[in-house]
Amino acid sequence: MSEKKIDVAIIGPGNIGTDLLYKIKKRSKYMNVKAMVGIYETSEGLKRARDMGVGTTSKGIEGLQDFDSIRMAFDATSAAAHVKHAEFLKERGIVAIDLTPASIGPYVCPVVNLDEHLDAPNINLITCGGQATIPIVYAVSRVAKVSYGEIVATIASKSAGPGTRQNIDEFTQTTAKGIEVIGGADRGKAIIILNPAEPPIIMRNTIYTEIEDRVDLDKVKESIEYVISKIREYVPGYRLRLGPIADGNRITTMIEVEGAGDFLPKYAGNLDVETSAAVAIGEKVAEKLVEADKVGV
Amino acid sequence: MKKIRIVDTTLRDGSHAVRHGYTAEDVRNIAKALDEAGVYGIEISHGDGLAGHSIQYGYAATSDEVRLSAAKEVVKNSKIAVLLLPGIGTRVDIKMAIEHGAKIARIATHVTEADISEQHICMSKDLGLEVITFLMLAHMEKPEKVLEQAKLMQSYGADVIYVVDSAGAMIPDDVRARVGLLKEKLDVEVGFHAHNNLGLSIGNTLAAIEEGATVVDGTLCGLGAGAGNAPVEVLVAVLDKIGYDTGVDLYKIMDAAEDIVRPRMTQPLVIDKSSLSLGYAGVYSSFLLHTFRAVEKYPVDPRDILMELGKRRVVGGQEDMIIDVAHEIYEKTRKQA
Repeated sequence: MSEKKIDVAIIGPGNIGTDLLYKIKKRSKYMNVKAMVGIYETSEGLKRARDMGVGTTSKGIEGLQDFDSIRMAFDATSAAAHVKHAEFLKERGIVAIDLTPASIGPYVCPVVNLDEHLDAPNINLITCGGQATIPIVYAVSRVAKVSYGEIVATIASKSAGPGTRQNIDEFTQTTAKGIEVIGGADRGKAIIILNPAEPPIIMRNTIYTEIEDRVDLDKVKESIEYVISKIREYVPGYRLRLGPIADGNRITTMIEVEGAGDFLPKYAGNLDVETSAAVAIGEKVAEKLVEADKVGV
Repeated sequence: MKKIRIVDTTLRDGSHAVRHGYTAEDVRNIAKALDEAGVYGIEISHGDGLAGHSIQYGYAATSDEVRLSAAKEVVKNSKIAVLLLPGIGTRVDIKMAIEHGAKIARIATHVTEADISEQHICMSKDLGLEVITFLMLAHMEKPEKVLEQAKLMQSYGADVIYVVDSAGAMIPDDVRARVGLLKEKLDVEVGFHAHNNLGLSIGNTLAAIEEGATVVDGTLCGLGAGAGNAPVEVLVAVLDKIGYDTGVDLYKIMDAAEDIVRPRMTQPLVIDKSSLSLGYAGVYSSFLLHTFRAVEKYPVDPRDILMELGKRRVVGGQEDMIIDVAHEIYEKTRKQA
């Protein structure tokens, strides 16, 4: 039985954009990548997309006008660029799945609030560190009142591109806000560490939460295990390393994220968790569009 | 006489040794004494930089704002400096520090990650601060790599670039090779920050100065992470004896160490087997007290943890690895037993 698919575009043919392309091509039931949008005709990423039979344009977002069947677009460029792209997409009724820290649309972390914003014209992925850690803060919030959530994301230097490096403040600030808005903590703080060790380390994260009442560690543990099992549905390499450990009203949990190795290397779990979340969101939105088409709305 | 500028970091790196417990009164007393003694800069921040107040690095007894305002009340001549590690603090914290009197921003990254400091260096320069940058754990990379990263910081606008021996792991030849190359190839001043884990803080600082470093760090009584920093009163005496002009009054800096900081110390600062292991294994000095806390939970030899962390090339800020490694060693020895 073949389902109808909707046409999508990927803006930004870099490592993230290419990984999205691989993931959608390999596994998507409802999405068909129709176009890869870049700005350099000679770019590696556009060439790779062409080799995979995907249409390309090097005219930037304006180039999308040549592809009129597009219903959804993944933006893997930069926050500044996305502000411009968002307007273009909105005017044409194309749903934007935003992987930059532009934060125009609502934050979505699939395991927490996938179904809440399926009709939003623009959906934001928070940050890679946020996608990896906020679910654990949320897991604790499900069973206790979290007054403070703090995360430390340690990633391989090689997995941090120039975008992250030049905008590291935006990473910490956006992630901290996500800990509050999506994680459910009253206050959030985020720390990012880049480690240049060779061979590159797998992304590892420590999530600290402080809760208001006495810690019921069994309940917390159960909730964390449940949430992790849900994340593993779209990020199979997401693993609990240590914990949860209780220390007074403080809970420490450590996790690591190994990537699927679609296009990005396996150690770049930080990027994989973000592209996987984007595809999970895109899939759900696409499914909804396909269903709506059937009904003929 | 050749001039050497001294930045005292008792109120920043020294904060590790008092578990970030400084009160506003501590800050007033120490900053006043340093100002009267005539040090060039007085660094005031959480031990892990502005916004370091966290579960990961330890809560501080007072906020960065409170400590900076306390210093501002008493400092007349010295310049107030703050430390910021991109990834922990942000530009918002630097702006806050400027409102509370900061004149020098010290921006620190791991020795291979200079390009995460661009936005902080540029903004600090634009706002009129003197900018001193740190390449931390500089022993982990070859001099050529240190230079490559220093050049990035220079291109962003740094006024002084430091070779930072965060692990107290360098021997004088390591210092000479790195500081010497930077001095030769850069257009800006070069600085050095020592730790005493191998007992070489003064000797290494001297080696750096002989290679052309013109700004160096110290702390009263050597108060600092690991086995501490270069004791600033000793540094002043040594430099004075050789014939450098530090502008610091020797008696006054001795008094500040003896009368104000020594009574405030909560534990003796010695090179014991654990702090020596930091220097030997090349591990970030502020890991020491976190390691002691970890072995309370998982009783293993702290040296085993530090050696393993060194082997894994853990970088500054990864304090959460300590409990992870402690747990791993504990489980392994338990299974063997």
